[in-house]
Amino acid sequence: MSNVNNNGFDDSLANLDLSKIDWNSFPDDKGHFGIYGGRFAAETLMEAIEELEKAYYSLKDNADFQADYDNDLRHYVGRPSPLYHAERWSNELGGAQIYLKREDLNHTGAHKVNNTIGQALLAKHMGKPRIIAETGAGQHGVATATIAARLGLECVVYMGEVDVQRQAPNVYRMKLLGAEVRPVSSGSKTLKDALNEAMRDWVTNVDNTFYCIGTVAGPHPYPAMVRDFQTIIGREAKQQCLKQAGRLPDALIACIGGGSNAIGLFHEFLPDLEVDIYGVEAAGRGLQTGEHAAPLCTAKPGVLHGNRMYLMADKDGQVIEPHSISAGLDYPGVGPEHCFLKDTGRANYVAVTDDEAMQGFHALTRIEGIIPALESSHALAYAMKLAPTMSKDKIIIVNLSGRGDKDINTIAAREGVTL
Amino acid sequence: MSKRLAECFTKLKTSGKKALIPYITAGDSNPSITVPLMHKMVEVGADIIELGIPFSDPMADGPTIQLACERALLHHTSLHDVIDMVVEFRKTDTTTPIILMGYLNPVEAMGYKQFAEAAAQAGIDGLLTVDLPPEEGEQLTSILKTNEIDPIFLLSPTTTPDRIQKIADAGSGYLYYVSLKGVTGSAALNVKEVAEKVAAIKTISSLPVGVGFGIKDADSASAIAAVSDGVIVGSAIVKIIENNPDDSDTILREIGELLASMRAAMD
Repeated sequence: MSNVNNNGFDDSLANLDLSKIDWNSFPDDKGHFGIYGGRFAAETLMEAIEELEKAYYSLKDNADFQADYDNDLRHYVGRPSPLYHAERWSNELGGAQIYLKREDLNHTGAHKVNNTIGQALLAKHMGKPRIIAETGAGQHGVATATIAARLGLECVVYMGEVDVQRQAPNVYRMKLLGAEVRPVSSGSKTLKDALNEAMRDWVTNVDNTFYCIGTVAGPHPYPAMVRDFQTIIGREAKQQCLKQAGRLPDALIACIGGGSNAIGLFHEFLPDLEVDIYGVEAAGRGLQTGEHAAPLCTAKPGVLHGNRMYLMADKDGQVIEPHSISAGLDYPGVGPEHCFLKDTGRANYVAVTDDEAMQGFHALTRIEGIIPALESSHALAYAMKLAPTMSKDKIIIVNLSGRGDKDINTIAAREGVTL
Repeated sequence: MSKRLAECFTKLKTSGKKALIPYITAGDSNPSITVPLMHKMVEVGADIIELGIPFSDPMADGPTIQLACERALLHHTSLHDVIDMVVEFRKTDTTTPIILMGYLNPVEAMGYKQFAEAAAQAGIDGLLTVDLPPEEGEQLTSILKTNEIDPIFLLSPTTTPDRIQKIADAGSGYLYYVSLKGVTGSAALNVKEVAEKVAAIKTISSLPVGVGFGIKDADSASAIAAVSDGVIVGSAIVKIIENNPDDSDTILREIGELLASMRAAMD
């Protein structure tokens, strides 16, 4: 069993009967998905987190709040996003039919906005005039800056210096939207360090500040709340697939950094055990090189950023600096619900390298005329492996979580092209 | 309560003094200076030492402690190394209580039981894991107590009376009151607010209350000592190391002077 720990926790998830699990009963009221999740936060943050939890659970099922949220998703984001049958690409691969859930067509160009709208509405209800966020690829930062502009909230986005370099277009977009982008120069200068810095800001400015986390990780209630805001992806995809293909898909594929687009697609399908689920991590330069961002495929449970999760750390418990060509996947941990899905066996977690992701990127761009984000290209690369092993009457839904405009500079540089 | 901590606070109470509790990050700026620095701090009046376990992602700390962790990690100072430093320290000092302070993941990686047994063997008296609230800490707290190591918890200006009760029940040794909102090394200390909060904590718990965050000099140390049971000084000390990373003599001298001035002002 991969889930090695010797600290006295019950880690018998592998023995659960999948058909009997009520997937919506997780997390429990303390935020636990089995041994994962929880609330590992400094006391200085505790009151703010409890205040957030109370506010969220009091509004979650409030009809007015939901109506505001649904209205924004429809008229501001442009939902529902299409489920597109990539027929030419499917034919070329010669196996299963690939359908793309087009989150790239959302306003701001990725799934991230589904969550930031929810959290920003929550911030407004809580009377917090200032919103902060961390960002890796910049998609969450842009999505936060966007909704902050619309709601008239002050916005500060923390971003690792390395990511500021490789995602320059998104940095400029955030500035245009009126956000202040603060580069973070500590540690590996990427997403995890941006998260550290955002937490420091929150603890210092807790009275007037709402921390808008971009993925399904962090102290409870973030993993549950961000998931709830992203499950619109899977709810739509299920209806669309039933309508367009007349049945459920055979497999789902999504890329995993923190895991929000993946949980968004997967969650609705968890009880449908006939649907295989694949989460695709970044194998970077190869899992064997150690230069990757694939905790589910390689690591053990650990604690960082407020929750227990699979965490890339050395034998002393120091967090390892991850590597991925894709800034949005460049994170050493992964949301606790994915850890839970891995241990229960409900989802499969695999990894594809930087090079394979590039192949996925080029394939979709040339064959379907869709330029995908480097993050989503990891899911596409795995679809290229999986589809040919399945017959032509099978259906795979790939979450096309974002568009690739932001990555043009990175790709040009990698391929020796000067723009 | 660990024997050394209990004796320490009893002795202080008898003599009408307050605890001076300096913090350093183990291995900062290099591992060879840590034990001599611990002895030096005791020599100039430290009653208890908080020894930081270096961590790659010290989220609740400010830039000063973050840089200290980075310097220590350049030398790969591990939790095993930190425990070994205490073994070395105990060869000549068997009375000064030593509290390890850090984040949960290094302890989790070593294993709770392995850690607690090795720490007890080394003569470590307490453990403060910043990112482990009592709700998540039942397993670790119980293993620590079995090994007579005090689990020490933080209280903050925003901690509600209910939580103070819960934390006081889970903790032992002393309670660490964080005197202001923010990270370690922040500015602006309001002594009146601290006094009120410490008094409120004391109506709930009989544990000694140490106060940290924002204590920089003799004046602030003396003011806080007057309203609490102990003064915790971290960033002001670590800053001296940051300014003189390659100069052990200066580090020992200046930290010695700072603590001596605090001791004098507190007494």
